[in-house]
Amino acid sequence: MENHLSLLIVVIPLMAAPLVAVLPNGRFPWLVSTAVTSFVFVLACWQLLNIQAGNVISYELGGWAPPWGIEYRIDAANALVALIVAGIAAITLPYALQSVIKEIPANQHSLFYSAFMLCFTGLLGITQTGDIFNLFVFLEISSLSSYALISMGKQRQALTAAYQYLIMGTIGATFFLIGVGLLYAMTGTLNMADLSQRLPELYEHRTVHTAFAFIMVGFALKLALFPLHLWLPNAYSYAPTVVTIFLAATATKVAVYVMLRVIFSVFDFSFIKGTPTDELFLLLCVMGILMMSFYAIYQTDAKRLLAYSSVAQIGYMMLGLGLASMLGVTATLVHMFNHALMKGALFMALGAIVYQIGSSRIDKFAGLGKQMPWTFAAIVIGGLSLIGVPGTAGFISKWYLVLAAIEQQYWLLVIVILAGSLLAVIYVWKLVEVLYFKSDKESNIKIKEAPLSLLIPTWVLVLANIYFGFSTELTVGTAEQAVKLLMPSVN
Amino acid sequence: MLEYIAGHFNYWMVIIIMMAGFYTVISRGNLVKKIAGLNIFQVSVFMLYISIGNVKGGAAPIIEKGVELYSNPLPHVLILTAIVVGVATTALGLALVVRIKEAYGSIEEDEIHDQDQSL
Repeated sequence: MENHLSLLIVVIPLMAAPLVAVLPNGRFPWLVSTAVTSFVFVLACWQLLNIQAGNVISYELGGWAPPWGIEYRIDAANALVALIVAGIAAITLPYALQSVIKEIPANQHSLFYSAFMLCFTGLLGITQTGDIFNLFVFLEISSLSSYALISMGKQRQALTAAYQYLIMGTIGATFFLIGVGLLYAMTGTLNMADLSQRLPELYEHRTVHTAFAFIMVGFALKLALFPLHLWLPNAYSYAPTVVTIFLAATATKVAVYVMLRVIFSVFDFSFIKGTPTDELFLLLCVMGILMMSFYAIYQTDAKRLLAYSSVAQIGYMMLGLGLASMLGVTATLVHMFNHALMKGALFMALGAIVYQIGSSRIDKFAGLGKQMPWTFAAIVIGGLSLIGVPGTAGFISKWYLVLAAIEQQYWLLVIVILAGSLLAVIYVWKLVEVLYFKSDKESNIKIKEAPLSLLIPTWVLVLANIYFGFSTELTVGTAEQAVKLLMPSVN
Repeated sequence: MLEYIAGHFNYWMVIIIMMAGFYTVISRGNLVKKIAGLNIFQVSVFMLYISIGNVKGGAAPIIEKGVELYSNPLPHVLILTAIVVGVATTALGLALVVRIKEAYGSIEEDEIHDQDQSL
């Protein structure tokens, strides 16, 4: 079984998807999905342990040797991202039971979980594969299912949000396809390791530059890099709570991972230095961090506030990439992991409030903090992590990012990172103020604390935020290993 | 010059179709027309792949005696997958348009936008 580990991680949820779709509505679809995600989570942990020694696993699909067959190639970077996806899914599903009963019509439950499994498969497939066309296929599996999931939101705006995302997501994916086609025309291969062997002699060629530009713009759309983020706030605010949690914590991280893979594994460091990519990323990220944080402050809907904050946080991740140094990319990987934890926790806590009062408008939250103390505490700790207060996971990634900026003496970037944190203080405070300090005089209806099945997953993530704020062995350790493999030319 | 234009005939066609599709997606307010534009945009990429698979003077890639030079079948196979993806995207997009029509009573972008704003 250990030999087939890297394939099983993708195949098990893929098989589960049609099975869940034909199950009768009720508890069964949820039960099967939960069992599958938990099992895949165990497999993902196992996979990470296997590559801890710094080795690379290569798996040949169907026994066809690469570069002709499809190869799954697992190193520290893949294993870490696969762990994020599987971990978040395994925590989201226990939460899903109550939340889905409340938000999705009962006759659509099995289809909902089926689409969820497909999305899960697609995201895991992207992280596992070493074949660039296979990556496109998995990208579309995850995208199509996420459009369907988003459209299941209660309000009718969910439909237009899903439509908008479908148009922009398909343009992004097609751009990626154009890039891959041009690379294939130049090299005659689709295997990433093989591409990296054949590309260097063609670096001067204009077609290769065009291919690179298409792939970068395509994925910038998918990961909602400012100013290509327009689909994200609507998609996150109108999707069902569970979908928002899952997508916010995983989908954009996987897209960032693909960016890393293409930049450092398919192309290499010297190619990037010859293009304006890194400067462009730095510029867009700085603008994204500042503007999106400002936008977040002025939102009246809490889900939308966190969505804009997500766009700003993606700016931090891409900032590390734009610095193109070992420390910078380490910061990117660590922030991918930590941001999944904090946004997961925040959206879960918010979902618990939405579950109780049926609205995510901030003005309806007045005084709820005292009636829902545990949920409120989760929002406070998640918010502190988002700001980057020492003792939380958010601090670790900001710390590495600031170190990376100082290393290259980009003082302006250091100021921007700190300013972004200050803006985060404002929008987190906006939530805290309404929840705790504003008294609700108009209605005397007692709101009860959220049910335990929502609180426990939330608090697992909240405690993980604190744990990874002190123990950095898993996050930073694995990220440093991954960076050594991604950027061998720099050491 | 003429040779340059004629020699890259397939690329010119791809670019023209691609831009026509892309322009339709951006400029049209009708949701169905947007999907149609998206489809044309995708088809141009299919053509790009299929045309780069052609080898000058190559036969169809079916093994036969006396034939030495074959066209590359791999891009065709890849595009078969991409066509399936395109069909799924179109189907999902149109299904969403049907639901939007049910919810809003319109498939014009600006009318839908106005309805959301007036709430």
